[in-house]
Amino acid sequence: MSNTATENEHDPLIPHGHKQTGRVGDRVFRGFASGAGIFVLVIMGAIGAFLVWKSIPSLQADSTNFFTTTEWFPDDNPAVFGIAALLFGTVISAAIAMVLALPVGIGIALFIAFYAPRPVASTLAFITDLLAAVPSIIFGLWGLAVLMPNMQGTAQWLNDYLGWIPIFSNSLGIYSKSLFIAGVVLAIMVLPTVSAVTREVFIQVPSAHIEGALALGATRWEMVRMAVFPFARPGMISAAMLGLGRALGETIAVALILSAAFTINWHITEPGGNSFAANIALKWNEAGPIGLSALIASGLVLFLITLAVNMLARWIVSRRKDFSGAN
Amino acid sequence: MAKRIDVSDLDIYYSKFLAVEGVTFSVEPRTVTAFIGPSGCGKSTVLRTLNRMHEVIPGAYVNGKVLLDGENIYDADVDPVNVRRTIGMVFQRPNPFPTMSIYENVIAGLKLERTKGVKRDKASMDAVVEKSLRGANLWEEVKDRLNRPGSGLSGGQQQRLCIARAIAVEPQVLLMDEPCSALDPISTLAIEDLIEDLKERYTIVIVTHNMQQAARVSSTTAFFNLAGIGQPGRMVEMGPTAKIFSTPTEKATEDYVSGRFG
Repeated sequence: MSNTATENEHDPLIPHGHKQTGRVGDRVFRGFASGAGIFVLVIMGAIGAFLVWKSIPSLQADSTNFFTTTEWFPDDNPAVFGIAALLFGTVISAAIAMVLALPVGIGIALFIAFYAPRPVASTLAFITDLLAAVPSIIFGLWGLAVLMPNMQGTAQWLNDYLGWIPIFSNSLGIYSKSLFIAGVVLAIMVLPTVSAVTREVFIQVPSAHIEGALALGATRWEMVRMAVFPFARPGMISAAMLGLGRALGETIAVALILSAAFTINWHITEPGGNSFAANIALKWNEAGPIGLSALIASGLVLFLITLAVNMLARWIVSRRKDFSGAN
Repeated sequence: MAKRIDVSDLDIYYSKFLAVEGVTFSVEPRTVTAFIGPSGCGKSTVLRTLNRMHEVIPGAYVNGKVLLDGENIYDADVDPVNVRRTIGMVFQRPNPFPTMSIYENVIAGLKLERTKGVKRDKASMDAVVEKSLRGANLWEEVKDRLNRPGSGLSGGQQQRLCIARAIAVEPQVLLMDEPCSALDPISTLAIEDLIEDLKERYTIVIVTHNMQQAARVSSTTAFFNLAGIGQPGRMVEMGPTAKIFSTPTEKATEDYVSGRFG
């Protein structure tokens, strides 16, 4: 690597060990490939720059702390707004979604990949893939009309029996339009993503490792823990991150379900709460100039959060590279 | 701790396809038995029925008996998981678990549920690792890097690591499915020397494409062939290795070992 790297120092875009040939096809393809790569970076940079540029006026106008304020009156004079409640609602609803969707999604993927008879497996895989194609407005309406009335009992049960855990206690006796319901709807929305991606990585686990574990006398579940999970771990993390990305950014389903309130309420089964995306959708049409800028500023925070989530995922995946199975 | 194997009238199926028909043979304890024959004649398939790995493939099943010291491993009340615990297996391509260190690979079998009842402290685990790696002639090469990934070793070292992993659980029988086919000649020699040592403690059955290898390591050799094109595989002849390679009873065996076909 080191000696070829020096040859290419003049042009970092040429992969190590590949000198540019004079052939037209190679040059065209190289130009196209590096152009596509640069284009992605430019788009990302442009989005970031747009968000920063457009949010500056509101951040200058904000008379309170942008990060700790739980109110949203950007068009008042002086402007009073902050993202604390949005951040809380977004993170909590996404966290509820992941807590519910990860075990179930991985369970579905395991069942399809290792337990189900072949015809059942392919049918189930097809159905979970279909679920991924359902538009989010449908999930939102379904969550509002069907899930919410039917989830009251569950939320009440959580209060009655697990109420000693602060987040499950509900002193209002009203269980609808809560972060909990929003989290459950989000969980169902990210479930197909999680299960489809983990299924793909489970199927790629080399049969040599699976047979090696079984030949040692492992049960099926022991085989899964010994050979499948370690190999599939980076893929499972990517699946979780993809799901988390969708849960964090989901707009319409959350906007329909939550009764938008700028509060930080740890009692997740009580009504109220808000999220970045839902707030932008609900407030955009009625916002004044500073209001629009404030919404863009909140979008910038969401953008940074998803970037951070993805970078964290990359870091986790690369931490034990030696043991990744790629060598 | 080595046990004998008696196979009688074994028919092996993949769904409706009869792959191997009417196999009957016995393997004495503490011997090396080699399975030879052309590709696709069912050697590996027969080997995989001896520890019930055959049925891991969807739709695969067998008719007939495989007795391990008189007990049929295909009886309805026998758990295949327990069979595989008793009969170890080494595969064609080295398959150490890539996410585990050398140390973890060796003790992988000891960490399974049925062996957890036996209380093992760090010292006894260390002892098992050293004993198994010494047993696989790998200790001197890896003793200073037990916490490095097993996949960082050379192919031959990886295969010996897999053998160490198999013998760490102290099986009764060791099955080897072309264990040297992915290795260079020097690594192959190391494995063959190891088989020589291992047969003092284990009953070994080895599938090999390499007839010189069969002649070098085994005391008994079985020759497999297809009964005809499109017909199931069968065991043509089994006998002392010296006899199979010099004066076999069957014409087909003689043609194969003398290189006239296959």
